[in-house]
Formats: sequence, C-alpha cells, structure tokens
Amino acid sequence: MHKLAEPTMRRETRLADRSEAIAFVVMLVFVAAAPFFAYPLFLMQVLCFALFACAFNLLIGYVGLLSFGHALYFGWASYVSAHAAKVWGLTPELAILAGTVAAAVLGLLAGSLAIRRQGIYFAMITLALAQMMFFFALQVKFTGGEDGIQAVPRGRLFGLIDLADTMTMYVVVVAIFLAGFLFIHRVIHSPFGEVLKAIRENEARAISLGYKTDRYKLVAFVLSATLVGVAGATKAIVLQLASLTDVNWPMSGEVVLMTLVGGLGTIFGPVVGAFVILTMQYKLAPVGEWVLVIQGVIFVACVLLFRRGIVGEIAARLRIRL
Amino acid sequence: MFEIFGIPSQALFGQLLIGLINGSFYALLSLGLAVIFGMLNIINFSHGAQYMMGAFAAYLLLAHTGLNYWFALVLAPLVVGAFGIAVERLLLRWIYRLDHLYGLLLTFGLALIIEGVTRNYYGSAGLPYAMPEALRGGQNLGFMFLPNYRAWVIVASLTVCLATWFVIERTRLGAYLRAATENPTLVNAFGINVPMMITLTYGFGVALAAFAGVMAAPIYNVSPQMGSELIIVVFAVVVIGGMGSILGAILTGFGLGVIEGLTKVFFPEASNTVIFVIMAIVLLVRPAGLFGRRV
Repeated sequence: MHKLAEPTMRRETRLADRSEAIAFVVMLVFVAAAPFFAYPLFLMQVLCFALFACAFNLLIGYVGLLSFGHALYFGWASYVSAHAAKVWGLTPELAILAGTVAAAVLGLLAGSLAIRRQGIYFAMITLALAQMMFFFALQVKFTGGEDGIQAVPRGRLFGLIDLADTMTMYVVVVAIFLAGFLFIHRVIHSPFGEVLKAIRENEARAISLGYKTDRYKLVAFVLSATLVGVAGATKAIVLQLASLTDVNWPMSGEVVLMTLVGGLGTIFGPVVGAFVILTMQYKLAPVGEWVLVIQGVIFVACVLLFRRGIVGEIAARLRIRL
Repeated sequence: MFEIFGIPSQALFGQLLIGLINGSFYALLSLGLAVIFGMLNIINFSHGAQYMMGAFAAYLLLAHTGLNYWFALVLAPLVVGAFGIAVERLLLRWIYRLDHLYGLLLTFGLALIIEGVTRNYYGSAGLPYAMPEALRGGQNLGFMFLPNYRAWVIVASLTVCLATWFVIERTRLGAYLRAATENPTLVNAFGINVPMMITLTYGFGVALAAFAGVMAAPIYNVSPQMGSELIIVVFAVVVIGGMGSILGAILTGFGLGVIEGLTKVFFPEASNTVIFVIMAIVLLVRPAGLFGRRV
C-alpha cells in the first residue's frame, strides 16, 4: 500500500541538507522582494495561510493523520485574538498569544478525542468536532454571529511600534511566519520527529518497539493546532477581521488542498501550495461560484495524477529533499 | 391535548416526528456510506452531494418533463446511481491501491464540483418542490396531528433500510458481497466478478442517497448546499454507530434523529450540536463505536 507521503529519494545527505538551505534562501529572497511586486496585504494573507498549511502538514505529512477540521483552531484563534485586541484592548502580541493559547487548549481537547480512532474515522471525528464548534461560534454572542468581529485594531506592538503602517505589519508577519516555519523544521528533524515518521510508516511496529504512540500523536496534534492558532490569530490582526468563514468546513478543505497541491510531507510544499491557491482565488474572483468547481477539479486531478504535489515532484525529479 | 413534563403533547410528538424524519435520512445515508465503505474501503464524501442530486433530479423531472414525485422516486435513484457507476469506473478504481485517505480527498473534490456546478446554475436560494397530491393532509391521532407525507417518509425509508439489510445478510447475493468484503482476491478466484460487484455496490449506495434526496425534496427546499451540512452530521452518526453492522447503522440513525428532536423541545440551543456531543461521549466511553469493531 502506498503511504500518504512517499519519502523522496536521497542521493547524499549532504546534498539534501544543502538543497533545503538553498530553497530556504530562495524563499527568503522571494519574501523580501515580493512586497515590491504584489499587494502587501495579499502577501501577508499568503504568509498566514502558508503557516496554517505548514502546521497542518506536520500532521498529515509526518504522522499520517488527516485532520479535516483544522478550521476549528484557525477560526477560534482568530476570534479570540480579535476579541482580545478589540474588547480587552490588549497589544497585538498579547492578542496573538491569547488566540494561540485558545487553539492549543482546543487542540488538546479535540486531539485527545480524535486519536482514539485511526485512519478514516480520525478524519470524520475531526470534521464533526469542527462543525460542532462552528455551530457554537454561530450562537455565542462574542463572535458577532454572521457579522463576525470587524474593525479589529492592529494596535502597537509591545505598546511601542505602530502596526497601522503596512510595511511594519509585513515585517512582523514575516517574522512570525519564519519563526513558525523554522520551528516546524526543527520538530520534523528532531528525535521526536523521527518517532512521528515511524508512526506514519508503521504504527503497530512503533508500538511494539515500546513507543506510546498515542502520546506522540497527541503532542503532534496539539503542536499542529497551536501553530495553526498562531496563523489564525495573526490573520485576525492583519485583516482586522474574524468571521464565520474561518471556522467553517470549507476552510478545513482549503488547507488540505493547499498542502496537497504543494506536496504532502515536504517542508516547502505547503508554502508553495498556499501561494498558488490564494493567487488562483484572487485571480478567479470574478467568475464566482466556478472557483468551487475549479478547486474540486484540482482536488481530483491531484489525487489521480499528481500525488506528490509541486514541490514533491520537483524534489523527486532532482532527487533532492525539499 | 395533555402535557408531558410541562410540554404540550402536540409540540413534543411533533418534534419527535421531525426527529424520526431526520433519523430516516441519517439511517439511509449512513447505511449507504457503510455499504460503500465495506466494499470499496472509501468514505464517500460526495454522498451528501449525491443526495442533493437526487432532490434536484426530482425537481428537474417535474419542471421539464412533468414527471411527478412517484416517477422521480424510481428514476432519480437510477439516474444518480448511473452517475455513481460512471464515477467509480472513471475515477475511483484508480485509487483502490492507495491509502484510504485519498478516497476521502477525491470524493471531497467531487462533492465540491457537484455543489459548485449546481450553485452556479440554480443559485444558493432553495427551490420549492410541491408535495404529491396523494400524500397531502394528515390524520388527527388525538394526542397529535400526523401529516401523511411524514408518515410515508418514515415507513418508506424503514422499508428500504430493512430490505437492504435482508439482501445483504440473508440472500446469496449478499453472501457474495460479504465474502468479497472479507477477501476480494479469493472470491474473485472462485469465478465471481468482484470488480463488477464493486461498481454495482457503489452505484447502489449512491442510489440510496438519491432516494433519500427525493424524499427530502417536499420537506426541505431543494438547494445546492442541502447535502454538505447533512453529510457532516452523518459522519458523526457513522462514528457513533461504527460501520461494522447494517442494523447498527439503521438503529443509530433513527435513534440519533429522535434524540435530536427531543433536544429541540427541551434544550433548543443545543439541537444543532447534540449529535456531535454524543459522538464525543461515545468516543470517551466506547472508542470503537456502539456497534463497531476496533478499526
């Protein structure tokens, strides 16, 4: 049986390490140059979604767990951080922290339920729990129901730096994204990450070797939810908006699509995927409902013909690790 | 008229009836999911979209050819089932060797396509579908008013569910099916055309969804998103019941519908979420589901 993420072929470890470093530098150059070519607001959105997809990929790509409910952490983190910034008047870094903590707690609760079942059930449970919290968001007062939380103040970072200026905000978002990205990279290459990959390849074997796989899975789940929370909370500050779109199930599907297009189980794939999908949505906005159809077609095409995704395909062709 | 726990009997039994109606749709859809999963090892995410296609087929048959509800009840499952067979032959059969999760992703994409296309042509507002003449009106049972159409939905879906159970558990065809679920290679070696059985099973499961869709059309508006919200609840139903048992799926479907109906009476704020809460409790107490084996 094919695994979800096929390990890409490796010719030489040193070359592989270098290829990741080179790709990272390329990404840095791109991030630094991009605001001169595209709308910074759009780019900040891309970076938030890229972090969202990277955190999602930590689960599916490295533990083999498909969560179909990651909108839960993204949406609720963005509600909490928007509320913290607007109603409690917290500074942006504390608002983002509040959203992140909320996502971590929700991840712990949902994760400890979901890991009680494997495979396909895991996906259905995460989806159902996310839908439950969607209805909850619809009913609770503080989320603002259909209106969402609008006009969230960006405030002053550490009470000092005014984030109303777009370029300042961009630098902050880049810093948050890179911190999250490097953290995920570190986790994947740590001994803990090696155990996660062992669980992905053969959970029964990992159990027989004495690993308490449920605990590893739960920690991975909470890590993923927490990082998704960082992305969601940051997004609320950047776009100054938290809405039902962010907690609803199509958002969970979108992050799956981004990761699939970029390449499951690749480090740079989700970033590329987020960029490609958001660009597509932006360019295709005039054709309305057809966006949904096109996304569906991409899903089908990726599963049937293009399972490695963009980055996975490049890595396999060049026999490097990305 | 009398009261139970301070609730007028009309309201209580009325909600109980709505619960049974929702329960019949949960049962029909989770049954289809379980049958498909048994044979194909795929969770059919497009099940909700195919349910919606059934409702739309009924609407289009009436609007364009004048064929009424009773023709739709037969024709819509056939047409949508044929669509399912085409999907299986053209798309699904390429991914049987891959991880289960790819099946979920592929059918999710399919659901987006179906929903997107319908929304594009018919908008997201609902379209009304008239109730068939013969089933209008209702009976006054003294303690409640029973609309004929609702009684019909419950009886019809219960009949279809039990007939499906009978075919799978008690006939020779069903025995082949169960054997092929256990060990397709061996059954194939005995000279039974397993790929054909897989195709027909998918077609049948999809037809069940379309049948439910036709029955839902006069109750709810026919709308493109009617399936996507329902399918998530049905997933929770499937998690609660486990997919190992046909009768279990039917029982869980009806039971949860009734519980949901009662919640609407006693604690309306939780009626949207009660099934998900029950799912969480079941996962804590019996992780394998009420009727499931540890999967």
